[in-house]
Order: sequence, then structure tokens, then C-alpha cells
Amino acid sequence: MKGLSITFAATLIVVAIFLLLMMFERKKGERGMSFFERNGVLIGTYLILAVGFWTIVTIIMPMVFMVDLSFRPKLAPSQVGGPLDEYTLKNYRYFLFGSSTSAESWNTIHIRAFFVTIVASIILTLVNFAICYPIAYYMAQAATLKKLRIVLLLLIIPYWVNDILRAFAFRILLSENGFVNSVLDLMGLAGAPFDFLGANVGLYMALCYSHLLIMIFPLYNAIESQDHNQIEAARDLGAPWWHIHLFVVMPHAKPGIASGMTLCFMLTAGAVATPMVLGGPRSLWFTPIVYDRFYQLFDWPQGAAYAFILLLACIVFVLTVLKISGLKLGEITR
Amino acid sequence: MKSAMLNRFIVAVYMVSFFTFLLGPLAVMVVSAFNTPAYPQVWPIEGLTLEWFQRLASDAEILEGLRTSVIIGIFVVLVSVPVGLAGAICMTQIFRSARSFYYFVVVAPVLTPGIVIGISTVVFWRDFSGLAGLRGLMYDGIVLTVLGQSSFISSYCMLIIMARLQRFESAQEEAALDLGASFPQAFRHILLPFLRPAILSAAVLAFLTSFENYNTTTFSILADKTLTTVLAGRVRLGSSPVISALATIIVVLTLVAALVYELFKRREDRRNARRKKTAMAAEDAELTPGSPRLVPESTNTTSLRSSPSPRNAIHVSSR
Repeated sequence: MKGLSITFAATLIVVAIFLLLMMFERKKGERGMSFFERNGVLIGTYLILAVGFWTIVTIIMPMVFMVDLSFRPKLAPSQVGGPLDEYTLKNYRYFLFGSSTSAESWNTIHIRAFFVTIVASIILTLVNFAICYPIAYYMAQAATLKKLRIVLLLLIIPYWVNDILRAFAFRILLSENGFVNSVLDLMGLAGAPFDFLGANVGLYMALCYSHLLIMIFPLYNAIESQDHNQIEAARDLGAPWWHIHLFVVMPHAKPGIASGMTLCFMLTAGAVATPMVLGGPRSLWFTPIVYDRFYQLFDWPQGAAYAFILLLACIVFVLTVLKISGLKLGEITR
Repeated sequence: MKSAMLNRFIVAVYMVSFFTFLLGPLAVMVVSAFNTPAYPQVWPIEGLTLEWFQRLASDAEILEGLRTSVIIGIFVVLVSVPVGLAGAICMTQIFRSARSFYYFVVVAPVLTPGIVIGISTVVFWRDFSGLAGLRGLMYDGIVLTVLGQSSFISSYCMLIIMARLQRFESAQEEAALDLGASFPQAFRHILLPFLRPAILSAAVLAFLTSFENYNTTTFSILADKTLTTVLAGRVRLGSSPVISALATIIVVLTLVAALVYELFKRREDRRNARRKKTAMAAEDAELTPGSPRLVPESTNTTSLRSSPSPRNAIHVSSR
């Protein structure tokens, strides 16, 4: 129960910080009315209960508890809270060095999977941006209303087909006796069927495919808000097309670009279904490894540590994007 | 002139290849649902059949998963829409530093990978439910999944409702209060009707997002099964055209929904255009330039460009 008390304490601190910030502002006298005066007792209570339940019980406490658990050893239920239940870096050590007793060799499988996941996610995010920017620009600035509607309609169709079914579609396309191989065979181009899935072509294609729309719509919304006259003016002043995009459209669309990239990265790095269905060698992607910590080894503390490592990578990515773009968090999640 | 033609050619090539990439895999899947071989195959077509759809209809595991998914989806809507609404309203009443702190907390789930949310939910409730003596009730796959999914789906709902709330003029509410309405009355008769479209789209989005979620669910569902976890198990073990049949149904449903929405939208646009025209005619006839009241408030002729709906429909779902 030690973990829980720390979780409660940390949650109390967060709530206290929030209340302090509120008090501080009240003193500055932003508005005369208090919360309950403004909303009435009934609705005020509802607002506080709903938001309190959401932020405390489903966001803050589980997250704090997960981080706390990641610093604990794996124990049988009867030993939890006992003398063995101490803080340890064992789970993080395992990520780096494998077994907790030897510090001789690095845990190359997991470390490699982690870096492959992060690097591939960054590259896929950039590829997605390159694929989606033209169509988002076309939709936002070039297309007539009628064409825009058709494009939107076509875009919506694949959207509600979930990840697993998409991965399944790529299996049909790319497996050894799949569609692409039979087409190649028909044209007499390939001697033996090519193992696309073993070479992870399917995995990367499907990951790219899954998040196309996540990229398109923030871009579209951002570019769409730009006055077309600005683009015309740049063109009249003799700017070449790439100048227009680089110095006129993209700076304006920066919040959309940042938000598309953040979401795309987070979803790619955290994808579970696609690597499970299409991954070649078992531990190429990081998330299946995390899954195995949980439901193959039942080592929840270590699973929590791995999840926390993934979360840290995402936080670092978001912070980097914010830093490079000079935006605030509120601007990219709008 | 020549460069303009080249330009158009490049755009055409790009569009065709883009949509081939986007729709090709789905087309392949749909075709394989009607082909006879037991391994999902597109080419050669060995004969058309509806057998896979029949098998799907009598597949107990998939139907059970579907049922669980629908139950979870309904509960997620019931939890996350009111919570998102409360979150959005609170956002408008908090200022400066407390606001950015609050915003950070409630938006964090959107930027957190789904598996992290799933894991934190399941590890927390395993211990917390024991402490509260609610182990039997709380430590349950469906309850945990609803809690885990709601934590980030509430954020989407909040963002959607907030977008509309920003256009709300609080003067309306204050006027109602001045005229003697009680707070709950003002809330119910002024604010809620104004937010209704956003609340509805948040509910639809919440249900669909919950329905197709895998990353969070796979950790929090424990021994139960939702449609997506059943599918994942199937696809991992091997392929079957039954899954193609299911995908075909989903594609067709999406297509029908999109077309209905489109037709509805067109009709609305035409109606608005007509109303605008008559209003302008009436104004001309009256020759009273100072009566803008006749012009309808929202003239939706360019609604597609200005409406937030496509973005709302698209805010992240596939976590």
C-alpha cells in the first residue's frame, strides 16, 4: 500500500498547486464572482465533481502510480508492502543491461527495438508530412468547393476502418502469395515471390498509411485559414513555388504542422496492432515488447518501466517540436 | 502556358497515386471478401461467394466482442461527454497561470500513447480497487476499459465543445440571469441548446473512437473481449476472408454515412442559400437598409470551408 499512499500524496500536491494558483489569481481580483456564485450550487458541484473525477482518478493518479510501480520489484501479492517492497532501479537496469545481476553486456534487443521505433517513427512522420502537405494544400487553397467535397468524401472512407483491419489489408496485399506478388508474377517480373513482410516493408507502409489522415486534417485546417491573397501577392512579386511554400504557407501553417507531427509521432511510436500483425522479427517494434512484459511474463513493474520510457520519448519529442516551432502547447492541441 | 499544363499533370499524377495508396488496400480487402478461396485472395478470382458473410453472421466470438464493444462505447459516451462538457466550461472560468496548468493536465492524455494510458489504468486499479474494497466491482475488464478510454476521449470531447464554447456570448446568459432566471435555468435553456451540435458530434466521435480503440483496450480489457481484440487475435494467428467480410461491412457503412451526411449538407446549403436570397429580396423590397434581422444569422454557402466539422470528425482516433 506504500505505492498508493505516495500516489495520494502526489495527487494532493498537484491539486494543492492548482488551488494555490487559483487563490493567487483571486487575490489579483480578476472577477468578483466566486465559482459557486457564478454557476449556482448544483451546477458548480457537478462541474467540480466531474472534472475532479476525470483529472484525479483517471489521469493523475494512474499515471503517478504507474511511475511509482516502475521503481519497484516484481513481488508476489503477499509480499507487497513487506520488507522486500523497496524502491529499485532494477526495471530500468534491465532495459539497459538485460539481467539484473550482470552489467557486462547491453540489452541490445530492447535498446535496439526502442531506437528503431523512435527513429522509424520520426522518419515516418516526416514522410507522412511530405505525402500529406500537397493534398492538404490542394484542398485548402487550390480545389474548387465541389472537388473539395469529393476529396473529403474519399478521405473519410478509410478513416473508420480500424488499425487491425488496415494491417490485415496489407497482409493480403503483401504476403508471399498476396496480391502484389501475383501481379509481379503475372507480369513475369519476379522469379520467386518476394517476402515483403519479412523485410518489414508491410510494417512501414501500414504505419505510414494508418496516420495519413491524422496528418492531413490539422494541415488542412491550418492552411485553410490563410488568406489566398497573400499567396497571390507572393506569386505576383515573382516568388518561385518553393519560396511560397517555405516562406509564406508553412510559417502560417506552423501550428497545424506541429500538431500533425506530434500526433503522428505519438501514434506511430505507440502503435500496437500494426507491429503485432505485420512485424517481421518478433521484437523489432517497442510496443510488443512492452505487451510481452505484461501478459507473457506478468512482470507488471517492468512493463510499467518500459511504458514510462516510451512516454518519456514522446514527451521529449513534443518538447522538441514546441522548441523548434516556438509554439505553446495550447496552440498545437487546438 | 506550358508550365501550367505540366503543373496540372503533376497534380493529377499525385492525386491518382495518393488515392490509389489510400483506397487500394481497402479495395483489395473488399474483393477478397467475395472470392471463394479460404485464404483471403484477390487474384485470381476463383468464383464469387457470400459464404464469408454467412460465416461472419454466425461467428459467436465476433458477435460477443461486438456486443462488449457497443456496451463499452455507450458507457464511454455517457461518461466522457458530460465530463468533457464540464471540462470545457471550467476552462472558460479559469484564468492565466491556473488555466495553462489545468490545460496541460487535461490535454496530456491526447498526447500520451494509448498503451501508456491502458497500462497506468490497469496497474492503478488493480491496487486501488483492493484498497477501496471494490475489487469485484472495479477490477473488471469492461469497467477498466471505460475508465481508461474515457480519460482521453473526454479530452477530445472537451476540445470539440470548447471550440464551440469560444463563440458563445456570455452576455446572453447574463441577460437571462438579469431577467430572473436561476442558474440551472440559464444553463439548461441558454448554454446547453447553444452547445447541442458540439455535444452531439462529441458523442458520435466518442462512440466511434471507443469502438475502434485497440491500444488502450488490449491492456485494460483483462479477460473480456471487444471486437478489436477478437480481430487482433484472429489476424495474428492467420488470415481468413471472414475478416475481409467484416471490413467490407465497415467500409460500406462508412460510405453510406458519409454520403448521407453529404446529401444532408447539400440540402441544408441549398436551403440556406434560398433563405438568404429571399431575405435579400425582402430587404430590397422594404428598402430599409437598417434591418439586418431578416438576414439569417448563419449563411452556410461556404460552410464546408468554415465549419469545424471535418476536423472534429478527424481528431485522433486510432490510438
